[in-house]
Amino acid sequence: MGINLDDLLRHYRSHIFEDYQVKTPHTGVISFEVEEGQAVEGPSGRWLQRPGTLLYILEREKNAKRIYASWKGQVTGIRSELEGHFVEADELVLFIRHRLDREEIIDRILTQMLTILRAPQQARYFLSSDILAGLEKRPEARIAIGPGDEVVIMSLMKRDTPISYRGEPGVLYKVYFRSGDIVEQGSPLLGVCPSDRLQYMQKVIQRIRTDWED
Amino acid sequence: MTDSGKLLSRLADRISYLIDIKGESTWGNLDELQRQVQDLHRSLFEIKEAELYKEIDRIEDRVSFLEDRIARRLTPAEVVNIVRSVQRFTLTDILENVYDSYTELGGEGECNIDPAVVVARATISRKVKNRLYSHQVMVIGHEKGRGEEYRNGGCARPWGNDKALRYMLVAETEGIPIHSFIFTPGAYPIEDYPGAAQQIARNIYAMARLKVPIVSFISEGGSGGAEAIGLSDLRLMASRGYYSVISPEGAAAIEGKIREGEKLPRDLVEHCASQLKITASDNLKLGTIDRIVEEPPLGARREDYGFFRRLRYEMVRATDEVVLRTKNFRAFRAYALKRQGEEKVSVPEDFDLVINWNLTELEIERLLELRSKKYRELGKGFFLKKSRGLGQKFRKAKAIASKGYYELRYGLLRLHHRNVQKVIEEVSGEGSVFFKKVAEPVRAAYDFVFPQPRRPAKVIRPDGPDRRSIFAEEWEPYVSPLANEDRTVTCPNASKYGCMDLWVPDLYGELCGVCPNCGHHFPLEYQWYLKNLFDKGSVQEFNNHIASGNPLGFQGFDERLRRDIRRTGRTSSIITFDARVFGIRLVVAMLIGSFRGGTVGTAEGEKFVRACDIARTTRRPFLAYVHTTGGIRIQEGTLGVVQMPKCTIAVREYIESGGLYIVVYDNNSYAGPVASFLGCSLYQFGIRSSRIGFAGPRVIRETTGKNVPPDYHSAKNALKRGHIQGIWDRRDFRKNLYEALTTMGGHNLYYR
Repeated sequence: MGINLDDLLRHYRSHIFEDYQVKTPHTGVISFEVEEGQAVEGPSGRWLQRPGTLLYILEREKNAKRIYASWKGQVTGIRSELEGHFVEADELVLFIRHRLDREEIIDRILTQMLTILRAPQQARYFLSSDILAGLEKRPEARIAIGPGDEVVIMSLMKRDTPISYRGEPGVLYKVYFRSGDIVEQGSPLLGVCPSDRLQYMQKVIQRIRTDWED
Repeated sequence: MTDSGKLLSRLADRISYLIDIKGESTWGNLDELQRQVQDLHRSLFEIKEAELYKEIDRIEDRVSFLEDRIARRLTPAEVVNIVRSVQRFTLTDILENVYDSYTELGGEGECNIDPAVVVARATISRKVKNRLYSHQVMVIGHEKGRGEEYRNGGCARPWGNDKALRYMLVAETEGIPIHSFIFTPGAYPIEDYPGAAQQIARNIYAMARLKVPIVSFISEGGSGGAEAIGLSDLRLMASRGYYSVISPEGAAAIEGKIREGEKLPRDLVEHCASQLKITASDNLKLGTIDRIVEEPPLGARREDYGFFRRLRYEMVRATDEVVLRTKNFRAFRAYALKRQGEEKVSVPEDFDLVINWNLTELEIERLLELRSKKYRELGKGFFLKKSRGLGQKFRKAKAIASKGYYELRYGLLRLHHRNVQKVIEEVSGEGSVFFKKVAEPVRAAYDFVFPQPRRPAKVIRPDGPDRRSIFAEEWEPYVSPLANEDRTVTCPNASKYGCMDLWVPDLYGELCGVCPNCGHHFPLEYQWYLKNLFDKGSVQEFNNHIASGNPLGFQGFDERLRRDIRRTGRTSSIITFDARVFGIRLVVAMLIGSFRGGTVGTAEGEKFVRACDIARTTRRPFLAYVHTTGGIRIQEGTLGVVQMPKCTIAVREYIESGGLYIVVYDNNSYAGPVASFLGCSLYQFGIRSSRIGFAGPRVIRETTGKNVPPDYHSAKNALKRGHIQGIWDRRDFRKNLYEALTTMGGHNLYYR
């Protein structure tokens, strides 16, 4: 893994925004409901049932389709010249400039740096007794994990199946669940960090937490 | 000084009770009085005794004056406040003070499947000539006090109502009367198994023919929640109680079109409370209750022992009355009982007579007959009847003639025919076995000598001759006027499943309003079903002379009714008719959404009951197709609420007489009707994309404080929890209905 953490940090510092393209889903006459620079909200609610800010209305065959923002951010590069005109499908009409916040950047770095162990199926998961005992003794301890170690126990239909770690050796950096929780299939269970990068990464995360302004 | 302390505490309680009733502390300087009492309490040992008592007397006089003033002009909104006050008596107070002893069943206090519902086996006694006689009863009711933190405000969850039902059946097994006490603002509107509506429907269905006397007492009767345990032979109501189709706040939010989260104007709430006719005297006038139990002028509180004495007397008397009505010889006892009711001011110490509350089989039959009759009469005279002149007379004569014909055909002749057929079947069965024994060796020898070539068995379809399932092939289909627009629409699932935009003439024409990609059903008008679901020309409407009115004189409702009548050409939200599906004759009740949102009032209830009776007389299957229903019509108040038990009783009698009752939900089906005469059907189906439930998401959010997922009321979820038995595609409705009729109706199609 030839990732230089300084480069990574520099990259995020220089790219604190992510620009999401908003394209027309089909042809039609467009009328914008937002202006350049306007702040917009993404979908909200527990089930994302509340749509975001209305961006534009695309009318085709007397069917006025309302298009809402899918991300939180600021409207940029709006093509106001298209207002009231017919546009083709897949036409880029505006960008939503989304500013990455502290947690999003940390999440991205962690995803890149850690080896993630994911839940093979929806079940109740427990940490193995060794890890649990280690964490109970010293919560801040970094427990070493190597390939083939039984790290998690999956409990399903009265049957306990030990799950072995298959990634790069390292130390347990993050536990994404509480022992005994039901975890959905594909959700992360553990994040393991190679020992040599641990210090670097902690430093970077620490700096992000202290320096980064949301 | 100790006495003065008690006096001050009592005064403080009285003042806070008045603040509860008025809903504000500034009225009559109540806040100032409250402050004075608190000051006196603090300086109890600092001021002279004479001075203290003088001050207490002064405040007491003032409080008494204010109490009289409120009592003289008590508004319906204030009655609601009385009922909601924490000082009001609750079910546990009744159990402790009205009954001699009791044992709570199905849990106790907090350790309970649903602490909002209390069930107890209790003993109630009466004194006759200085001798004590005890009766066993099953007490079922809501509890909102005595542990408010876990009582959930007296809102029964589905499993709480299930508990009530379980013990109703225990009472039936043991043959003891049921006393139900209603103290609920409404049922807890969650769709956890089996769903709030489904459980209430089950309760009402069971109570319709429960073979024991039921007496109910209403203090706070909140619509469906009240009906879940409220169907009874005699209904009493506290004079300062309320019984309503919806809370005044709920009505105000609907009437004033108040958006979620906005504050309700107090005037509007008070206006709605008076329009809904929720007080005991209003309900007595409407006939939705039978008798009022007098309370003190400002309502009974926990320590009003005189009231509990009266309540005991009234409960015993009411049960006596119910039991006595079932007896053959009751003239003198009924007279004595009537005389007992004349003591309005005070309750007598002794009863004049003892009445045994056990019923014989014959008396039980009479009890159920009377219950049915009582509920069938509810709401009659509150709907409009359009004059139809000669046609009306002709229709009436035809109804009488057809009733006579069907009674003869299916009553007398059918019974004998069945008996004779049964005997013939048994004799021929015996004969064939005997003949087979004798003839088998001869046949075997014959087959051996002259072997016959084997032929494949002929397949006989059980559904008779060749029939085509797609109605569009059989006649020129009805096309929705929605198809006349030249535009496209977007499927709501487009972002999820990538559905293409649909051209309206295609969608509402050839595609029958169904998205060809994801199968989403766009709403269609009821006429589409009338024309395409039933055999051509087979629909014959009846009882269309019964029309919705404004029985409570709800302000502004007449105009809204007129507008709907003009717009739809209908006079009620239900259409009842005879029809045929692939030749099978059936009776249909169709609730339509375009007239007052498909809400049910007295006219709709009456038409439904009559349709049910016609189906019973003519021995035909009965289909309730719900195009849309928004619940009970709030503008008809409790007259609407009582349509729930009324129609359920009719349905139960129809099903028990052997009928096949099928319910099909479409678009939106919510609240009262689903929680009673629709939800009680043994066979319920949903059309795809329909929503079925008890209360909408907003009501759930406002009452429970919980958000529900967007698909909470979907037909798929209703299927998952077993409310409906299947989801039908609109295009297969006709075919599926035919199959349901033949499958569930059995060999004779319907009628066992």
